[in-house]
Amino acid sequence: MSRTRRTDDLRVPAGLLIPAALGVAILVLPMVGLIVRAPWGDLPSILTSDEVLTALRLSLVTATVSTGVALVCGVPVAWLLARTTLPGRSVLRGLVTVPLVLPPVVGGVALLMVFGRRGLVGGWLYDTFGISLPFTTEAVVLAQVFVAMPFLIVAVEGALRTADRRYDDVAATLGATSWTTFRRVTLPAVMPGVLAGAVLCWARALGEFGATVTFAGSFPGTTRTLPLEAYVAINAGDSDVAIVLSLLMIAVSVTILVGLRDRWIGAA
Amino acid sequence: MSLDADLSLRRGDLELRAALTVAPGEVVALLGPNGAGKSTVLQLLAGILPLEAGRVELDGVTLDDPAEGVHVRPRDRRVGMVVQDYLLFPKMSVLENVAFGLRSRGMPRDRARAEARQWLTRMGLDGYERRRPGELSGGQAQRVALARALIVEPRLLLLDEPLAALDAGTRPAVRAELRRHLGGYGGCTLVVTHDPLEAMVLGDRVVVLERGGVVQQGEPAEVARRPRTDYVARLVGLNLLTGAASGRTAQLPSGAVVALAHDATGLVHIAFPPAAVTLSPSRPEGSARNAWPLVIADLEAHGDLVRVTADGVVPVLADVTPLAVADLGLEPGGQVWASVKASEISVYPA
Repeated sequence: MSRTRRTDDLRVPAGLLIPAALGVAILVLPMVGLIVRAPWGDLPSILTSDEVLTALRLSLVTATVSTGVALVCGVPVAWLLARTTLPGRSVLRGLVTVPLVLPPVVGGVALLMVFGRRGLVGGWLYDTFGISLPFTTEAVVLAQVFVAMPFLIVAVEGALRTADRRYDDVAATLGATSWTTFRRVTLPAVMPGVLAGAVLCWARALGEFGATVTFAGSFPGTTRTLPLEAYVAINAGDSDVAIVLSLLMIAVSVTILVGLRDRWIGAA
Repeated sequence: MSLDADLSLRRGDLELRAALTVAPGEVVALLGPNGAGKSTVLQLLAGILPLEAGRVELDGVTLDDPAEGVHVRPRDRRVGMVVQDYLLFPKMSVLENVAFGLRSRGMPRDRARAEARQWLTRMGLDGYERRRPGELSGGQAQRVALARALIVEPRLLLLDEPLAALDAGTRPAVRAELRRHLGGYGGCTLVVTHDPLEAMVLGDRVVVLERGGVVQQGEPAEVARRPRTDYVARLVGLNLLTGAASGRTAQLPSGAVVALAHDATGLVHIAFPPAAVTLSPSRPEGSARNAWPLVIADLEAHGDLVRVTADGVVPVLADVTPLAVADLGLEPGGQVWASVKASEISVYPA
């Protein structure tokens, strides 16, 4: 498809140009500041220091596991929201997307209330199996799933809504069960949406701070992920480490967003 | 061994009440304008939409009987479906598409693929096994869709506008091919279309659906010769009037009288081709002619001829040569006499 392009009018009205420039500055300047202030000379040694490598490894592992959990549980939730006429569906949609707007710290407190040693589920877990979740790597994963899975659910539900349901009908007339239809017809059709959702979810999990620090604490090697490591460094007055960690996370985010744009969102 | 359906459903503006039968090996063409409920009929027969009232029976098995709480799920009905845009699964190869039904019924992969290969051969698609649906022409995609539906041996095959997605150039060839493939299928076939030519060529019998109801059915030639509604008359290109006959005349609701060639009584349909209508500037001579003074509403190119739409006591379509248009000075709003010989008129009970 060819699209005729309008000749660009270069006279942008000042009423738009000035606030736009301000907006861009607010968004971009902090990143520029980090780049300017970055201790480029010490970069290799900081990046390969034990604390940073440990935090990096923990972040990559937990974000990946969280994304796996979010895929296994979130895709079915999205399917329920998009393909069924369950009563209370809109309420359910509201509930599962609340973490998108909730302050993560609140999420962390809520998780403590439920999974803490005296929490609703946590008490039972501890009394029955002797399992205590808070302040473990599992808690980090749980906190990340809590804040990041809604991104995946929203992306997959959108993809499911735009997918042509008549393919499902055809599969049914060919004798396929609804599970076979989901597995072989629906899921491949919405795969781009699932991938986009998974990547967004992974990036959100990687940057998770508030819920993690509240629910899992900040223990080196078990719960201190990259954002927590950066926060610890700032508090300790070690701004070089904080800057390097921040740059590392920005690099990951930018890479993911640019990749998403080109491959899945299809923006021109 | 046949389809026997009595369908009833209210859906938005549509109030569907239609009875349909299809004999084994028979191809029934369901013809109707947009919004007549044709696709709804297919969805009901496929079990995708639940029936509100009525009954669907296929080969002696009751598929739907809402009064008894019977509704067989789409996947257990053995009703195949091929739709206008074919809906081949885009991420699967042609072979996997065709094998899908067998695999879904639990057949091991190798056996399902071997059978799918045989079907592709039968459809003249050797060598296309590994192609993606997006790489096929419209005609090829249709054959794959047909193979995918037929491989599970449905007792009823539903085709929804099977030729509508093809360009005009390839349509005749694909239509002939489809006719051949349907001829080799022993089950019941229902083809939904809004194209009269498609209905006439593919169907052993034509059922006309309008506003949710069956208004006419019969062999294609019968439907083409004796239309019973304005819609069918327009499709087959005939003028259709309805009047009360007595002896050799029939009176129309407008009061106009039509002279007939033979005796008739009661309510009758009166049909004649536009080419049988003669237009003249003044009342024509001759006693056996029907002649009405009319006002021209529209002129339209129609092949080599010009189709004139004239209104008045008897609304008439007339096909005349461009030369006649010039000679008579025909133009919208102009007065003209339209005449038809009684011998050109066919009359049948309404």
